[in-house]
Amino acid sequence: MSTVLLIEQTLNGLQFGVMLFLMAAGLTLIFGVMGLINLAHGSLYMVGAFAAAGVAAATGSFLLALIASLVAAAIAGVIVEMTVIRRLYDRDHLDQVLATFALILIFSEGTRWVFGSFPLFLDKPAWLSGTVMLPFGIEYSLYRLTIILVGLAVAAGLFWMIARTRIGIQIRAGENDREMIGALGVNISRLYTLVFALGAALAGFAGALIGAIQSVQVGMGEPVLILAFVVIVIGGIGSIKGALVGAVLVGLTDTLGRLLLPQLFGLFMDPSAATTVGASLASMAIYVLMAGVLLFKPSGLFGGA
Amino acid sequence: MRRETMLNATLMLILLGFPLWAWSVDEPFLITLSTRAVIFAIAGVGLNFALGIGGLVSLGHAAFFGIGGYAMGILAYHAQTYTALAEWPVLIEGTKSMPVIWIVAIVASALVALGMGALSLRTTGVYFIMITLAFAQMFFYFTISWPTYGGEDGLSIYVRNGFPGLNTMDPIQFYAICYAWLVVVLFLVHRAAKAPFGLMLSAARQNGARVQAVGQVPYRLYLVAFTISGAITGLAGALFADLNRFVSPTMFSWQTSGEIMVFVILGGVGRIFGPVAGAALFILLEHVLGGLSEYWHVYLGAILLGVVLFARGGLFGLIAGREVAHD
Repeated sequence: MSTVLLIEQTLNGLQFGVMLFLMAAGLTLIFGVMGLINLAHGSLYMVGAFAAAGVAAATGSFLLALIASLVAAAIAGVIVEMTVIRRLYDRDHLDQVLATFALILIFSEGTRWVFGSFPLFLDKPAWLSGTVMLPFGIEYSLYRLTIILVGLAVAAGLFWMIARTRIGIQIRAGENDREMIGALGVNISRLYTLVFALGAALAGFAGALIGAIQSVQVGMGEPVLILAFVVIVIGGIGSIKGALVGAVLVGLTDTLGRLLLPQLFGLFMDPSAATTVGASLASMAIYVLMAGVLLFKPSGLFGGA
Repeated sequence: MRRETMLNATLMLILLGFPLWAWSVDEPFLITLSTRAVIFAIAGVGLNFALGIGGLVSLGHAAFFGIGGYAMGILAYHAQTYTALAEWPVLIEGTKSMPVIWIVAIVASALVALGMGALSLRTTGVYFIMITLAFAQMFFYFTISWPTYGGEDGLSIYVRNGFPGLNTMDPIQFYAICYAWLVVVLFLVHRAAKAPFGLMLSAARQNGARVQAVGQVPYRLYLVAFTISGAITGLAGALFADLNRFVSPTMFSWQTSGEIMVFVILGGVGRIFGPVAGAALFILLEHVLGGLSEYWHVYLGAILLGVVLFARGGLFGLIAGREVAHD
């Protein structure tokens, strides 16, 4: 195995992790501030991807498509928050799980109704296709590199927003004591809607960026959602830093596991059996990672309490 | 008689009478629908044991449903192809015998539930929900990438497994087996809920600190409940696989976990017979709404949303009153 391949796959893992972070950040914020577990977060990812695919097909502009994904997911988030989610803040987690499961059914089948079952295609723009040369003679996809950089920029922006801006202060205060910031005159229901819209926009944005690599189809959100759950469990619920670390860990474990495990088994098994066993175990690698973290830190790497 | 008891009896009589009527007018499809309802009811009763009595919101019960299904699939596949399951250290062969398959399914899913529970129960609340969901997803991806037993395509079993003295390919006879299992499971769960263990489990849900103060360990109670719950759902999985004569990774999917939870909620959480009503209602909705539109999940979602937001006791809560039995 060449070093170039290893570095390439590490970058792929990083790209995967950064996208998971966009999903996990929204989930963890929503849980941290509102105490809500939102299964429908994957649907917002899907909404973003479909909006981007629709706008890209109509206008041919990738930038417009990205903006559309942000706007559409945020609007969907606001509508869902104001009609349904708002009623769930005081309920127990069971009710939240069920109501948001119901939302998934409505979103998924509704989208299938409107767009049909066939995947849509969202092409990456010409100015982002092709490859770039990195140091040490590594050729890497320009689009994936852009995703990594954009994702890291969004992460930095998010950290800045939470640490430095007024809204960030309110979010942090909301995580600590919901009643108190309400009593201090912060419009709490507007803050909740805002946080939900922010999480939704991040998810929609991730959906659009990934939609250009994979296909845009109904049900694309839920596998990512479950991985984002794994990320949050590893990182600790409510912690943005935990979400970033967890996302990169999961991204790297998954990508490198698929590369390295078959080769590891190839050392002492015949090649076809090694591929089978390696691939099967690689599909379990991130869950083993999660179980391992749980054994030592039941509330995640950066979880409080 | 209390209204809930009457509702329970009516429900079981309908589940007995409807398939017999369908049989007398020669409508095997309706018998199959009823069989699905009864099997889903068993799965729901399993989840309800952990969820309703113990308060454990598990979104990973598809794992046990799938383990039960694959226990049937793998054993029957080896019997069907005349290959040994394992030759070393002892020769293990496949089987087409339902009782053996049931035992294997129950034991296997109980063991998986024990392992999964031992890890997941270290956490509570929303962590627990996410972790159970993630573990079920692990099995889903594992079965997809494991080619020996069909991988993504699943396994087809050509002839339904046998039960001594019965022709299981006859829909009404297979229904009788499933119905009998439902009765047995309901009886056992009812007894367990009334036994010291069940009372203590219920107490642990309501106030863990007090249970600890009288010398019980909530973690152990939860773990036993989770294991029993998984074993029951595993049995349902084996029956379901036998009904379809087919197993695939879909049994492990997160939608399956969600649907099992929907059975419990539609019926009413914490009521022993709740999932029976919920599963029957689900099948009815699937049949009626599915006939109206290909996209019937939209309506199901809307109904579910309505139940969660406005009718929290489910079907039982609507009919038998809000307060949970005074017992």
